[in-house]
Amino acid sequence: MPPQIKRLALLFAILIGLFFVARHFLVPKSFGEFGHYRGLSLTENQAKTAHYAGEKACKECHQDMVDLKSPNVHKTLSCETCHGPGLAHVNSTDSIIPMKVHKEREFCEICHTKNAARKSDNIVQINVKEHNPGEKCIECHNPHNPWLNLK
Amino acid sequence: MAKSEVKSRRRFLTDAALLTGGIFVASGLTPFGKLLYATERKNPNGPWYGMGIDLEKCIGCGRCADACKSENGVSREPFFFRTWVEQYTILNDGSVKITSPNGGIDGFQQQVPDADIFKSFFVPKMCNHCEKSPCIQVCPVGATFDSPEGVVLVDPNYCIGCRYCVQACPYGCRYIDPDSHVVDKCTLCYHRIMKGQLPACVEVCPTGAKIFGDLNDPNSDLVKFKKEYSWQVLKPHMNTDPKVYYNGLRAEVK
Amino acid sequence: MLSKVDGYIYPNEIELNWSILIVLYPYITGLVAGAFILASLERVFKVRVLRPTYTIALITALAFLLVATMPLISHLGKPLRFFEIMITPHLTSAMAIFGYVYIWYLMVVLLLEIWFDYRRDLVLWSQEKTGFMKHVYKILTLGVKDISPKALKWDDRLGYAITVIGIPSAFLLHGYVGFIFGSVKANPWWSTVLMPVIFIFSAMVSGIALVMFVYMMINYIRKKLIDMVCLDTIAKFLLVALILDFALEGLDQIHRIYEAEESFQILDLLVKGKLTYTLFIFQWGMGMLVPILTLAYLQMFKSNARLRRILYLISSALVLIGIFFMRWNVVIGGQLFSKSLVGFTTFKLKLIGSEGILMTVVWLVVPFLILIFLLWLLPPWKRHPEEATSDK
Repeated sequence: MPPQIKRLALLFAILIGLFFVARHFLVPKSFGEFGHYRGLSLTENQAKTAHYAGEKACKECHQDMVDLKSPNVHKTLSCETCHGPGLAHVNSTDSIIPMKVHKEREFCEICHTKNAARKSDNIVQINVKEHNPGEKCIECHNPHNPWLNLK
Repeated sequence: MAKSEVKSRRRFLTDAALLTGGIFVASGLTPFGKLLYATERKNPNGPWYGMGIDLEKCIGCGRCADACKSENGVSREPFFFRTWVEQYTILNDGSVKITSPNGGIDGFQQQVPDADIFKSFFVPKMCNHCEKSPCIQVCPVGATFDSPEGVVLVDPNYCIGCRYCVQACPYGCRYIDPDSHVVDKCTLCYHRIMKGQLPACVEVCPTGAKIFGDLNDPNSDLVKFKKEYSWQVLKPHMNTDPKVYYNGLRAEVK
Repeated sequence: MLSKVDGYIYPNEIELNWSILIVLYPYITGLVAGAFILASLERVFKVRVLRPTYTIALITALAFLLVATMPLISHLGKPLRFFEIMITPHLTSAMAIFGYVYIWYLMVVLLLEIWFDYRRDLVLWSQEKTGFMKHVYKILTLGVKDISPKALKWDDRLGYAITVIGIPSAFLLHGYVGFIFGSVKANPWWSTVLMPVIFIFSAMVSGIALVMFVYMMINYIRKKLIDMVCLDTIAKFLLVALILDFALEGLDQIHRIYEAEESFQILDLLVKGKLTYTLFIFQWGMGMLVPILTLAYLQMFKSNARLRRILYLISSALVLIGIFFMRWNVVIGGQLFSKSLVGFTTFKLKLIGSEGILMTVVWLVVPFLILIFLLWLLPPWKRHPEEATSDK
């Protein structure tokens, strides 16, 4: 065999060998467990912190509010739909982290503004400019039970 | 042409022909389907998650888009969305206006007067968690994958940020996180559903327009949804087999 | 940026994902592949008149290949993780082939071919030079001192074999990039069967133009006579390649216009709006039609050598610019319109920054600096004359 080929073969053998050694150390241990990905990533994705608690968690302390909500049209709303993420509030021990309580008109308008894409049998809509402009909605409507004792 | 030139040319052509022929034969032998995308990914033994979206019920309040950002820590500025809501307004002259102001998080204001509107509706969008996802197919390193439950996830610790998957997604649901510079997208709230909870967007939807469920469970809400409604998926011609099923999807939806 | 959006785009599409660095990468590998193919014309297809450009073509290809990875790595969101493509390549992804094809082409094709070609000179230089350079050349010989006629015959045979393997390797090196784009079904501007073929042909065009340009510049700088027979032959190959490339690109567009699929409306707006200058004027006008007409004229009608040299220089420069814009129109053009097919976004090209104009200029200038270095290290004009009679 000519000397060039011998030398090149040696060089390439060394380089390829080094590559496989490097690969052995660099490929993450859990790679390929379930497919072409790091198996550990499944656990990592599961371990992310949640922020929403789910309505069941609210019921444990606030059954009265849930009872207030359930006979009326807002029963399909989860507590956190309006009050925002509640897990911090549920888990808080020493000082209770408060939930968001929207009192401003603009918040109710997000759902209830008249829009041609909304169906009236699905949601009640108001013309925000005409329906008691400037007034807070909660002055007349109980947010948990909007038709209750309407003034 | 000198004889040697003809000979070398001939030799080259024969070599090339043999090589090409060999490749053809070899390609017939390898199971092409397996190489290109997983033709049969559906896991019959565990849950196989999907989502139903009822466009008849969606009121475009944007609570889903808002909750997703809160739940998953998605940056509110600059804007990128794991899920967003679009409003389609079809005018009487046939033209279609589509808007998604801040992904729908702040709700929608009607721009077009009622008189000009033929039809209008909202369409929430999200990652379709395709069964034959092109994004998984094109990832060069294996940083995005299908979980055993059918949820398409990203491994932010392995992603190199090449953005090929962002290009390959026909639905525009992937983006690069501006802080970590790797790819991010809807995870179906994997960290919630694996603990028996609902995805955040489903949790807060006031009208029940989003239905989460297990496609392998005949009693799940999602399977019932698929049975009751004549559902459609986005861009079926792309053959990505999305697992987000829409009721009331109209032809104008992009 | 929102104010610059036209129509409706999916919210996440506001920012372009692949910017000018990804325009650069196919451009550079195209130059490499094209320059190599020109060299192989001499070595494999025995087009002897191209001999003066053989080594220059190879060295130019090497200079550009050494820079090719840099735009890619600097574009990554996590550049330090680039090695993952080598250790866990996902075989369903065309991009995964990058690491291996690059290493293969660099180590096995280009470096080896240059080594086999220069080996005799490296051995002789390692014996003639003194001091630091002596050691440099000694290392480059890899410790092989044998330059007997038998060993040299092996060099020739092996170099030939490498060039033969190198031709499909060059097609693979650049064709896979075309496939990366051509296989994205989500993007109708990219998704076409012709994409890898168009990429390869425009690569050949740009590579041939580059060698022509470099050969002329080297000879101007060294004040040496240009071999007009060689240059005229290169011009002929450039003309043929240009015509084929133009035909393929034309076919792609005609097919698109004729079939007028769902994406046609938005692409029509794209081409006639945002891509007017870059496509019609820079790519097809200046980059193809003007060089084609010029070179065709020079093929058909007699002209003096000086006029030909000037026109060749201008044509090759125009082609180089035109092919850059071809890559631009594919990469940037494909992201300017939304996958909703009813909207456009804008591309903001910054001056400074990791993906700015200055960075691009750097990656275009550095290969020439490397070329100058390589030409100093391995001067093609200081080779030792061969002892046996050969067709030089």
